[in-house]
This record gives sequence, C-alpha cells and structure tokens, in this order.
Amino acid sequence: MKAMDKKLWREFQGMRMQALAIAMVIGSGVAIFIMSLSALDSLYETRERYYRNHHFSHIFASLKRAPLALVTHIEAIPGIDKIETRVVSYVTLDIGGFDEPVSAHLLSLPSHGAGLLNQLYLRQGRLAEPGRDNEIVVNEKFAQAHGLRSGDQLAATINGRRKTLTIVGLALSPEYIYQIAPGALFPDYKRYGVLWMSRKPLASAYNMDGGFNMVTVTLRKDSNQQDVIDHLDNILEPYGGIGAIAREDQLSHRFLAAELEQLKTMATVFPVIFFAVAAFLLNVVISRLINLQREQIAVLKAFGYSSIEVAIHYSKLVLMIVSVGVLGGIGAGVWMGKGLSNLYTEFFSFPFMIFVLKPQVIIAATVMSVGVAIFGTLYSVHRAVKLPPAQGMRPEQPVLYHRTLVERLRLQRWFSQPTRMIMRHIERRPIKSLLTVIGISLASAIIMMSGFQKGAIDYMIDVQYGISQKEDMIAIYTEPTSARALYSLRSIPGVEYVEGFRIVPVKLRFEHRSYRTTINGIPPQSKLMRLLDTELNVVEVPPQGLVLTEYLAERLKVKPGEMIEVEILEGKRSVIQVPLIGTAKQYLGSNAYMRLSALNRALKEGNATSGARLKVDKQSQQQIYAALKEIPRIAGVVEQRSSIRMFYDTMAKNILFFTGITTLLGAVIAFGVVYNSMRIALSERSRELASLRVLGFRNSEITYILLGEFALLTLMAIPLGWLLGYGLSAYMAFQIDTDLYRVPLILNQDVYAFSALVVIMSAIISSLMIWRNLIQLDMVAVLKTRE
Amino acid sequence: MPQQLTTPDHASNSDIVFHIRGLTKRYQMGEVQVDALRGIDLDLYRGEFTVLLGASGSGKSTLLNILGGLDTPTLGNVGYGNHDLTHASEAELTEYRRHHVGFVFQFYNLIPSLTALENIAVVTEIAKSPMKPREALELVGLGNRVDHFPAQLSGGEQQRVAIARAIAKQPQVLLCDEPTGALDSKTGIVVLEALQRVNRELGTTTAVITHNAGIAQMADRVIHLTDGLISQAYTNESPISPDQLSW
Repeated sequence: MKAMDKKLWREFQGMRMQALAIAMVIGSGVAIFIMSLSALDSLYETRERYYRNHHFSHIFASLKRAPLALVTHIEAIPGIDKIETRVVSYVTLDIGGFDEPVSAHLLSLPSHGAGLLNQLYLRQGRLAEPGRDNEIVVNEKFAQAHGLRSGDQLAATINGRRKTLTIVGLALSPEYIYQIAPGALFPDYKRYGVLWMSRKPLASAYNMDGGFNMVTVTLRKDSNQQDVIDHLDNILEPYGGIGAIAREDQLSHRFLAAELEQLKTMATVFPVIFFAVAAFLLNVVISRLINLQREQIAVLKAFGYSSIEVAIHYSKLVLMIVSVGVLGGIGAGVWMGKGLSNLYTEFFSFPFMIFVLKPQVIIAATVMSVGVAIFGTLYSVHRAVKLPPAQGMRPEQPVLYHRTLVERLRLQRWFSQPTRMIMRHIERRPIKSLLTVIGISLASAIIMMSGFQKGAIDYMIDVQYGISQKEDMIAIYTEPTSARALYSLRSIPGVEYVEGFRIVPVKLRFEHRSYRTTINGIPPQSKLMRLLDTELNVVEVPPQGLVLTEYLAERLKVKPGEMIEVEILEGKRSVIQVPLIGTAKQYLGSNAYMRLSALNRALKEGNATSGARLKVDKQSQQQIYAALKEIPRIAGVVEQRSSIRMFYDTMAKNILFFTGITTLLGAVIAFGVVYNSMRIALSERSRELASLRVLGFRNSEITYILLGEFALLTLMAIPLGWLLGYGLSAYMAFQIDTDLYRVPLILNQDVYAFSALVVIMSAIISSLMIWRNLIQLDMVAVLKTRE
Repeated sequence: MPQQLTTPDHASNSDIVFHIRGLTKRYQMGEVQVDALRGIDLDLYRGEFTVLLGASGSGKSTLLNILGGLDTPTLGNVGYGNHDLTHASEAELTEYRRHHVGFVFQFYNLIPSLTALENIAVVTEIAKSPMKPREALELVGLGNRVDHFPAQLSGGEQQRVAIARAIAKQPQVLLCDEPTGALDSKTGIVVLEALQRVNRELGTTTAVITHNAGIAQMADRVIHLTDGLISQAYTNESPISPDQLSW
C-alpha cells in the first residue's frame, strides 16, 4: 500500500464515529429511495404478472340477458382474442354472528376447470363441483373478515329465495385485487364479499339457462380497444347492454391504479426530497471536513503534490465514507422495500409478491450520492489549494470579530463574557452558522413531512362524515324505487329521519375531456347530505343544473355557466345537456350533484330514488338491521363510517411502517448533522478552547462556549424547520391529488412538537458525546505547538 | 536605501542557483497592508550553505516561501537556473517543488497518521530519483526509529524526520524555515549537524532562516534582513561545525 493510502486508511479509522455519522446521513437517503422505488416496482410487476398469468380481461360488458349463441357474433369482432361469458348477480348474505346486512357479488364459475379468463387463485380448498347448487368459493379477504373457512356455512338470498351455502374454497381473483362494492369509496371486507358458484344452478336461479348477463374478453396485441368496445356495444344493445368498459374503468383496476399512482407520488416525491436533503447535508459536512485538512493540504502541496493529486486523495477518503453509507443504505433499503412490498401485497389481495430491484435504482442512488460527495470534496479542495501553500500552512489569520448587534445596542451587560463570545462567533461566521441552522432545520422538516399524513386523514374523515354526510347508514335498493317506499323505512322503530336519494352512473363530457362518475340527487334542505363551499360552509343544492366537486370541475376545465354533456349510463342511456351551476369542496371522491327533483326530471322518471339515508337511534341499530334485511328491495346497507375506519385500520399498518421508517431515518439524519457540525466545530476550535482552559476557564465554561452556540443554533433551527416542513408537506399534499381523494394540508401540533423533540434529543446526545472529548482537551499540547 | 549586490568572491555566474532582482511582496492582512519584502536583489550559489538572519517580520520567511515556490512575488523577478519562478503557473510551481526543492519547517509538519518511514515515502513515491526512505532516515541518525509515529518522537527526532523527508528526493535545494526554532540547543545542534552533513555529502544548496545569530557561524554566507530589505551580507571565511556553536 502506498504511504498516501495508508494515511487515508488510518485517518478514516481515526474519524470512524464522524464517518459513521456522515454515512448514516447518506445511507438513510439511499435506504428511503430504494425502499420506496423497489416497493413500487415490485407492486407494478406483481400486478402485471398476476394479470398475465391469470388472464385478466381487457373489456367487461354487462347486459340483461343474452343467449349463448351470441358468442359466435362476438367472436367475429376483429381484435378479440378470448371470450368468456358468465352469470353475475348481486345477493344479500346472512352470516352467523354478524347482524348487519351483507351484500355480495355472486359469480358463475366456468363450466370446466379454471376457465379462460380472470382465473381464480385458490388459497384453500377446491372449486365448487359443477352442478352443485350449495357449494361456493369465497373471496379470501371477506372470509378472513368473518373468520370463515372451508366447510363453514352461510345463508344467501338468491333471487328472493334463501339458501344455505357451504364454503368449499377460498380464492383470490385478479378482478378483485381491490375488493370494493359498487358506489363505495373504500373497501369493506365485512359488508361486501365476492362469491363463486357453479354456473348451472346459478343460471337456473335467475332463468339464465343457456344465457349470460356478462361477457369479458381479452384483446390481441394489434387490436383497437375502442373499436372492440363500440362493436360489442352494438351487438349487446338489444340484449340490455349498459355499455362495455375497458380494463381502465374496471372497479378494482381503477382503484388499484389510483392507489398505485398515489403510492408512486409518495415513492418518488418523498424519497427524492429526502434524498436531496441528505445529499445537501452530505455536501455541507464533507466541505467542512475537508476545510479542517487545510494545513495538511498545504504540506502536500509543498512537497510537490499537484492539486489534482490532492483532490484525488481526499476524494478517496470521501468515497470510503460514502461507500459505507451507500452499501448500508442499499442493504437497509432492500430489506425495508421487501417489508413494504409484503405489506402492500397483503393490503391489496395479491396472491404472491415478486420483489423487483431495478439496477438503475441502485445505480441512480449510488451515482447521486457519490456525485454529491465528490462535488463537495472537489469544491473544498479547490478552495484549499487556491491558497499558496505558504499561507495554507500558516495558522489561519485570527478572524476579525466585530461587536455584535447586542453589543451595539449596549445590551452586553445582560450577558456574560462566554455568552458574548458565543454571539460574536455566530455573527462572525454567518454563512457557516446559517448552513448549520439550515441543515438541522431540513432534518426536522423531513420528519414533519413523514408525520403529516395521519392527521390529514383524520381531518378528511371529519369533514366528510362530521360536516358533510350526517347519516348513520345508507340503504340501497336493488333498482330505482318510488319515493313512497321511504314511508316503510320511516315506520321502522328506531329510525329517526329518512331522506331518499337518487344516484345514477354517468359520463360527463366537456370539450374533449370526459369523466365517468355518478350524479347524486339530493333533496332540498337536505339534513343528511350537505354540500360544502371552500370555507366548509354548508351550501344549498341549486334547484336546477349541476354542482361538481371542485377537483372534477378543474379536471374537466369547466366553469359555472357552461354546459356539460351528460351521458346517462343506465336505462335508456340518453344524453342530456346540463349547465354547471357551482362547485363544492370535497376531499373524498369526484362526484356530481343535482337537486333530486331536477335529476328525476332530467331522467324523465317520476320521483324515483336509489336508496335512503337514515338517521337512527343507536340503541335500536340491531333491530333496524334485522328489519332492513326483511325488505326484499333493499340490496344492501352501507355504513361508510365503519368502512372507512376499517380501511384505515388496515391502512394504518402501512402508514405506520412508512412513517415509522421515514421518521426514524429523519431522526438519524438530524443526529448525523448535529453530531458532525459539533465534531467539526470542536476540531476547529479546540486550540482556542484549550487556550481558555490554560487561562483558567473551567471545563463547564468552555463546554458552555461550544455547546451553548449549538444550543442557540438548534433553537434557531426549530422554527425554520417548521416552516420548511410545512412547505414540504404542502408540496406532498399538492402532489397526491387524485380523483379518489385530495389530501388536505393538516399538521397537528404533535407533528410540530415531535420534529422539535427529535432535533433537541439529537443535540443532547451529540452534546454528551462531544463533551467527553471536550473535557480531555490537551492544554500542554496547545502551549507547545505554534500559534 | 541603496541595495548592495551580495556576490561572494569565489563564485562564477554558471554556479548561480537563484537569481533574485527587485523582489517585492505585499500582503493584505485584514485591513492592514504589510510590505514583507521591499525590493531585494540576491543570488544564491550551488552547494552553498546560506543562513538568512532577521527578527520576526523582517521578511525572511516570505523570501524562503517564494524561493520554494510556495508563494508568488508581488513585483520583481526570481530565476531558478533557467526557470522563471516569477511567472510560473501553478502547475509549473508544483513540478518545481516536486523535483527540485526540499522543505524543512519550524513545526515539522509531519503527517500524524503516518510513521517516520511512511512520512518519507509520501515524498519518495512521487520523486524522480529518490534515495531509499530508510537511507534518508539513517542519514539523519534515525535508522532505529523507522516505525514510530510522529507523536512517539521527540521534537528533535521529528525535525530530523522532516529533514530526511526533505532530502530523500535528492533535491537541488533545501530550504529550512527555523528548523531549530522549536528545539532546545542540544537537540538543535543534532538537527544542524544533520543539515550540514546533507549539504556536504550531497552538495545540496541549503538556505536556513533563523533569528538565532549563533547559527550564522556555520554558514558559508550570511544574509541579514531588516524590514523587508537586506541590511547586511557577508561571506564566512571559516565556517565552524555545529557542535562548536553556542547560543
């Protein structure tokens, strides 16, 4: 080994604590980066593989009833690869020990084997025997929510007839990765399930022998999806087709895509910010580290080492430190990435997880870390070699201190000499002090950014279910029903207030933009469904025209007063023109609203309702559920609040993992920055402090001079960190705007408090570590060496 | 004040190593302007052992730094052989230091993380025709301390390592800035003996700056600097050996 390399190695070992702290800063950035991106890539890859292996359809079309012979017509559509027909029904279930009404989709299994498309992934048991009318396969999440296993029984009302069914298997389906009831915003595994049974008995129950009411197809590579959909709609229209939808609009896929899209924002914006902060801090720390080597650099130059050789020499040292960080970060990132992927695999019903670690992710993290570190090194080395060696070897000129602002204001008698030294030192080197403050505040800002989500979600739910929607439950009819039916609901004991509503699937078009959603018909002066303006004040639904959620209006780029084309996606599928009257603030969903009577008129129907919102006496809830189950036209009961609670209980696990890790690594970064800043300050000032000791200062006094400065800088950094954290969180919130939900920028006090606490704790721990070195300062050495 | 040219009688032009004319150096120190050198004319000759004397602030260190290519003049010319150091680029100065000059500093400036031997290797590894590091250490009488770190050596030993490091590349010129300044007299003499030995045995042109007038007695030539000017210069007819010095 060359002497220069030995020098490197020994110096590296000599500064291991500091090197470790620096490595931890960049390692944390790398780990978050790799964790997020590998989890995201893994989820995308897992979904693709699952779709491919299980032949997830490209197009789905529902209809009233068509004979099987129609398949040959469909087959003739150019571009279609495979076709599968089936019978689908919506049923209500009775599950022992669970009072609330449960609804489910009941799908026919293919006549033989796994079938061609949307193949099930059997987790347990077997498929139902062909022809058996009492055997079902149940979606795994639903079974888990109710503790059901193969061999258990449940009762279903199939086309008005109650039937006891035995579970023979638990399965997953690519169609229900995100298992969500139609019209719901959140999955509710307790109140909505998916069941499969043999086709023959199911078809018989619905008079569908020799027929089907749903067809799904896959496309050839070269086919035009829209052409196929148009063809299919033409063929199915006489059979009550309600319009084929592409995979992009399929419920599970759409929600999953939105979730992944949101995750993608999280997984790119967040780690990039995090990484950038780590890189900035790395740069600061490395620059100061090299500055300490000023004299050695001058000596090497005096021997005839060129600037480039000196730069390479220090780059090697920095590379050693950064390598430790990058390698550690990659290891931790992969491990956490697997953990996060597994959590999401479980959260979305994926049967397996394929962990993907793209080389370019690792390369990007490495190149960026190394690049930033080398840049910082070169910059500092450049500054060091710019000085003629003679000057470099000379101890730095005593810097010129000025009277501080405090002293100019003649306030100094309030402060001791050491305090005045602290203030002068900070004021003398404003840039250095500022960089330290910025470094610490950025560390606390990323901790805030990690913590802001939870409060935001609580707030979202509070607004939606505390101010806007006030019902206790929503009863949904099997089909639009006259408003007279509300009387029978009002007569149920314990029901305090009932309000009918109409909900109709539509496609809104404005200029070339369109969006599939629902129009909600709301009665005037509604007490249970209230629209909010931007200040969250309740506003009345106008008697005419349409109200859109703010987000949707922006997305369609439509302004009040302009006409929107509304294609009704049920019944006669008419197309009407409705003016936009106003917008409403909503964090969840992207819906449209109309006065109920106006919607009825537009649909050319009487006073039809799709269901009712109920306000009930909490004591009688169970009796009300029982009563609702007895009403045949009620397809299901939705209790949004509990759905959301359940969703977020599951989600909390993921969020906890993510925020837990990011908070932890944010704390690591905070510690790394504080510790390094202190360590470097100690090196820079040890001579000065030891001289003070020689002059008779006590250990406590020089400790105060050094650490007091840091205490002051840390305190200055906290409010700045809050400001930066608020900004970063705002940026994150802005980035995760989707049509499913908008995240409000809500930062609770505990988020502020926690970020400050982490920084203060880091400062205290660092101080204790530095204090040990401080009290061991060698006074004699100071007297001996030059001044 | 008129500047006298200080040329020893025995020297001829071809023996000139350094050729200095009108050398001026001005520093900006905070808000004060300091004239460290104020127009010096001087020639140094091959194989000569020169002592530069002067109080602190007289400009002797500045002169040495400029001769060593560690600093550049504000005005005037410095020639080294055929090279012009006045207008040399940073890269040329680096090459010059790398192959022609050895330095000894008052505070040794050893690299603390390297042993005595390795401190020398740092220089020999980049030199054209260096001696063996161990040989250099033996030359200064430290053949038995090769694996010691600077912190394990006395001040005199550290300075001798520094001398060994300076001469190991077999430089044309050895420049020493207060080499005994941090040492007691006994140790100082050992260091000076090492310097004289190098000068005699290797024929290295040596310039030593000191504020210790006693050392002048061992020099071939003595130059006095006062306030950035040469105030006195003379040739020593019979230099004595360091062990006879008194200070």
